[in-house]
Amino acid sequence: MQQIFNFIFKNSNRILFLLLLGISLTLTIQSHSFHRSKIISSANFLSGGVYEKVNNINEYLNLKTQNDALALENAKLKSLLFNKKDTTVIKKLDSLKGVKPSDIVVSKVIHNSFNSHENYLTLNSGELQGVKPDMGVINDLGIIGIIDNTSPRYSTVVSILNTKSQINAKIKKSNHFGSLIWNGKSTGFVQLIDVPRLASVRKGDTIVTGGQSVIFPENINIGTIDKIEIDDQTHYYTIKVKLFNDMTNLGHVYIIKSKDREELINLEKKEKNE
Amino acid sequence: MNSTLLVNIFRFVLLLAVQIIIFNNMNFLGYISPFPYILFIILYPVNGNKSGLLIASFFLGLIMDMFSNSGGIHTTACLVLAYFRPFIFKFSFGLSYEYQTVKLNDVLTPERFSFILLSVLIHHLILFILEAFQFSFILDILLRTLLSTLFTLLLCITIIYLIKPNKR
Repeated sequence: MQQIFNFIFKNSNRILFLLLLGISLTLTIQSHSFHRSKIISSANFLSGGVYEKVNNINEYLNLKTQNDALALENAKLKSLLFNKKDTTVIKKLDSLKGVKPSDIVVSKVIHNSFNSHENYLTLNSGELQGVKPDMGVINDLGIIGIIDNTSPRYSTVVSILNTKSQINAKIKKSNHFGSLIWNGKSTGFVQLIDVPRLASVRKGDTIVTGGQSVIFPENINIGTIDKIEIDDQTHYYTIKVKLFNDMTNLGHVYIIKSKDREELINLEKKEKNE
Repeated sequence: MNSTLLVNIFRFVLLLAVQIIIFNNMNFLGYISPFPYILFIILYPVNGNKSGLLIASFFLGLIMDMFSNSGGIHTTACLVLAYFRPFIFKFSFGLSYEYQTVKLNDVLTPERFSFILLSVLIHHLILFILEAFQFSFILDILLRTLLSTLFTLLLCITIIYLIKPNKR
């Protein structure tokens, strides 16, 4: 017994180191597996609060550019209003229940990261505003990411600039589907993989979200085709997509609350169980 | 004795705040970001309590991780640096470093420079390996480590020079 105590006393630093190392490695590995609830995230009172304060100051400094962006968006919306023939989809009201299929929460990015392989944003709205994990986040230019963690007042978003994110997307013209991923290199470009060779793609075509996922509604802008490559092994297209959004400069965003989502998920669950 | 503790607590909070508010938003060419908050571990007293340093660097990393949504990568990197600090001391200042009074925040000698360089390099290498977590990114990891190390090193030395605590 004495010897055990002696051993522990002598190696107390090493034991402490190994113990703490174990904890930190667990946290690291946990954060690298997708869709695991994270303990250490910026959607909590302390870090959310600090980021909100810092963002308040930054926002004041960027007031002019934000105003310009809003004016542009306004102009675009006005032009939509006056030319109703435009092909952009206008959300139809559900004739039975009288509600829109998706509701929108306006929110603000209070912390943005884009310099690592796994990037997350922090938003200043959370469960109190009805934000739940796996909701889509967009702004007027295109998609931004998917809600990951929520706290009462803040939430974190898996940015599309995250090597873990995978979003269903299609070519607007031909309706061919593919998966949107990021290779971790440039902040202005993402990759659309697994597009069948039958699809006719051309440089400059628009990529939009596909209707296969329950997270994003169909036909939300993502970007334009910049470069087309053919994968040697799979013979599928790998398309380099130039994003409409400048992911390094984000302000106000919209969180999409899809009302059909739970119904769809429940239906799929039922299908699986049978 | 008490003043050392107070200075360290003050340094802990100040470095974290500066890192989170200013240096986390710095990105040269999109991926070079400095992490001068590890100055806390570098400047910790040489003969200070070792378990104290381990625990402090654990929380230092944990808070950084919380603010940058990165799981446990900063925690791991800080812990490893804190644990290997005596070995780096031994390498840079020779075997009898514990008996000399090593002062880091003083004129830059080759020994001090090599100590800071090694510490920053070890921390950044572990940080970027854990961040990417894939061997296919190995070139990217090395490039990031190299450039960020240079950047952090420059900042660390500048900060040490700017804030010399006791001028005689």
